[in-house]
Amino acid sequence: MTEQEWYSTLAQRHGADLQQKISSACVAVCGLGGLGSNVAISLARAGVGTLHLIDFDKVDISNLHRQQYAVSQLGMYKTEAMKQTLLEIAPYCNVKTHSVKLAEDNLSLLADCDIVCECFDHAECKAMLVNGISENAPEKYIVAASGMSGLHSGNTIITKKLGKKLYICGDGISDISDDGTLFAPRVMLCAAHQANTILRMIAGELEV
Amino acid sequence: MIKVNGECIEHISGKTVAEYLTTNRYDIKRVAVELNGDILPKAQYESALLQDGDCMEIVSFVGGG
Repeated sequence: MTEQEWYSTLAQRHGADLQQKISSACVAVCGLGGLGSNVAISLARAGVGTLHLIDFDKVDISNLHRQQYAVSQLGMYKTEAMKQTLLEIAPYCNVKTHSVKLAEDNLSLLADCDIVCECFDHAECKAMLVNGISENAPEKYIVAASGMSGLHSGNTIITKKLGKKLYICGDGISDISDDGTLFAPRVMLCAAHQANTILRMIAGELEV
Repeated sequence: MIKVNGECIEHISGKTVAEYLTTNRYDIKRVAVELNGDILPKAQYESALLQDGDCMEIVSFVGGG
């Protein structure tokens, strides 16, 4: 499959103008667990040109029930495992990996990306990233997630817009500390909201 | 009257955003606040005074991902 074949197949399906926008987009996926691994795969399939993958963690057996990794990837950095998977699906995607813990003092890692997707698991980290970007890089769009644990109705997962550039997907209330666990489909629903919001944004659709 | 998360709340005019959050038992480390259409920087929670007609949305993040 040549790059031209891959690109023209996407352009035929998405339309040449839109594909051009998708192919020139740069998105940072912050956290590569249940949310981030699914967001990254959806965006790579759609032909997003550049993806920055950020996670400090390694693939563990406890991730396999909801995260898009394989047994053969156990022990690898999630960034490297996900890059391997993405390049099997979308070999011409420009995938950059950062195997670090993202914190207030290294948000400059996200400098190249117009869109930041928050896919962390801890509530404090989510708030840190959203507030840090809103304050220090207000030109960026942020797509965050809050509330996708347990086996509650899938119909409660929604996308809300806050301010001009912040989107939050999820039911807003289901907390891992109450529900005890996460299930692949409900996390994927939330990740799908995030990826869909990002593609809409790239297409110029900024309302939810 | 001030609108907070879609609900009209009385008698909070003159309070700071930080006071409102603390009184209502929000964990400040977990929230993002939109005040009148913009995300309020955390550094301004202590100084931003709520005024009649304001519209505030508070998101309190929950864990899981």
